[in-house]
Amino acid sequence: MLHRLTVTELVDRLARREASSREALQSCLDQIAKVDGQLKAFLSYDAPDALAQADAADHDLAAGVTHTQKPLLGVPIALKDVLCQKGQPCNCGSKILGNFVSPYDATVVEKLKAAGAVVFGRLNMDEFAMGSSTENSAFFTTRNPWDTDRIPGGSSGGSAAAVAANEAFATLGSDTGGSIRQPAALCGCVGVKPTYGRVSRYGLVAFASSLDQVGSFTRSTRDAALITRTISGHDPRDSTSLDQPVPDYTAGLDGDLHGLRLGLAKEFMVGGLDPEVRDAVAAAVQKLQDLGATIEEVSLPHSEHAVATYYIIATAEASANLARFDGVRYGARVAGADPTEMYKRTRGAGFGAEVKRRIILGTYVLSSGYYDAYYLRAQKVRTLIRQDFLEAFKKVDAIVSPTTPTAAFKLGEKTQDPLQMYLSDIFTISCNLAGISGLSLPCGFTREPKLPIGLQLLGPPLGESTLFRIAHAYEQATPWHRDISPLG
Amino acid sequence: MAANDFDIHYVADLARLQLSPEEEQRLGAQLGNILGYVEQLRTVDVSGVDPTSHAFPLVNVTRPDVARPGIPQDEALRNAPLKSNGLFIVPKIVE
Repeated sequence: MLHRLTVTELVDRLARREASSREALQSCLDQIAKVDGQLKAFLSYDAPDALAQADAADHDLAAGVTHTQKPLLGVPIALKDVLCQKGQPCNCGSKILGNFVSPYDATVVEKLKAAGAVVFGRLNMDEFAMGSSTENSAFFTTRNPWDTDRIPGGSSGGSAAAVAANEAFATLGSDTGGSIRQPAALCGCVGVKPTYGRVSRYGLVAFASSLDQVGSFTRSTRDAALITRTISGHDPRDSTSLDQPVPDYTAGLDGDLHGLRLGLAKEFMVGGLDPEVRDAVAAAVQKLQDLGATIEEVSLPHSEHAVATYYIIATAEASANLARFDGVRYGARVAGADPTEMYKRTRGAGFGAEVKRRIILGTYVLSSGYYDAYYLRAQKVRTLIRQDFLEAFKKVDAIVSPTTPTAAFKLGEKTQDPLQMYLSDIFTISCNLAGISGLSLPCGFTREPKLPIGLQLLGPPLGESTLFRIAHAYEQATPWHRDISPLG
Repeated sequence: MAANDFDIHYVADLARLQLSPEEEQRLGAQLGNILGYVEQLRTVDVSGVDPTSHAFPLVNVTRPDVARPGIPQDEALRNAPLKSNGLFIVPKIVE
């Protein structure tokens, strides 16, 4: 049952030579063979390449390389299909990239490899990271490992499902409006959105450049701390990356929350919140107090405008970022009599409906005559949203909320009305707008069917250490992280 | 900010996206709804507020103006739908 270990547990076994990296990877591949036909988390994976990496890791271990030198040596980690890995396909869940093979590694992939990880797989996602259910993938929909009639969340649905179903020890995803935290909550694992700029975006196919961040999915907080530390750091190839030291996030996870002040945003505890989610979060808040934290009410007055602000800014940025998919240099091409016709036909054929909706909306809000009324105004509201958080963080160390208003919904339930789908991101979206840190971890289950419920922690910019501290203490004092999904 | 000014055919053309008539109608209706929703931002008092373009404000991020190796030509062309003589081939642009 190697595939059910956490990264931390696996590292221990590898270090003691009680298991090999090849055995660990093989246990993942066996699990994928067993459940992925149903789960559909993986778009593809290169087993020979992964096995070669595992063998190289075993060779290093035999030669005396330690986990102090390479903290993830021998650990199989899979990637959302939005991150470039040299020599591997990169489709971003879309048809438009055709048979594209990445000529380079994303910085986060380089860092994982330098740390000794076995990096493999292309995990399913909503096309170009646009969606909250993975139903917008051009290929197929991933299922939730707790109930295969339900969605795993999105856009990093494959990444969340793979970890919850024990197909990989950890995965990477991306989060622009909640695309790590929401699927983590719906699948019952730990998902981290680092502070904007903490992790390099070089090699992350861009959706919205001022909102995107790469982050981890893991089965424990300690694992999340380890992987976040590994992928964080300044990168000269990403001019938005922060030149700030990366703390050892795995230190200080001691279970004691005395002295920590937590905030409950009154605007978040509103109608539309499923009663079981409300109760689970309330119980979690009580548990956090039992562990020594104090709780007070805070206000984020501009929260009600976050979804509207996001769908102007993110779509505007997406319309610019996706202009590069034109059939000229890579991907699928539909011929045209002139380049303009080629672009229109290529993009018309290659993009799915949600991507088209967002590109059109983004183009409109940036267009002459409308820029000031929409985009510029949204940027100003964004300032107000950020200020709300910075003000709140003068009083509290972190804010606690539900991650999602409900547990996982059924396939097809929200696909008819895009706006309904957008509103399910109501708790996660303002974090990206404000550029702060965020994390989701399990805090219970609904009764019937048994579906995971996520607790969200929001911290100040570069507040990851605080979030890991709180999450670890809560996790170790509760049973949720020990439950295994039906497919796991 | 009038949502009824929204001409999907015109905007799709700006975005170089070919839409079928069915798509124009369906997406047009959905986008009309979404635009109606975002109108709420008009009610927010933004007087004296600066816009945020960067989530974590950094300015003047530069590097020394020294040439560094980039992606080799053959790698850059590897995924090209059509290529020849080290060039990406596209339909004729200039008459």
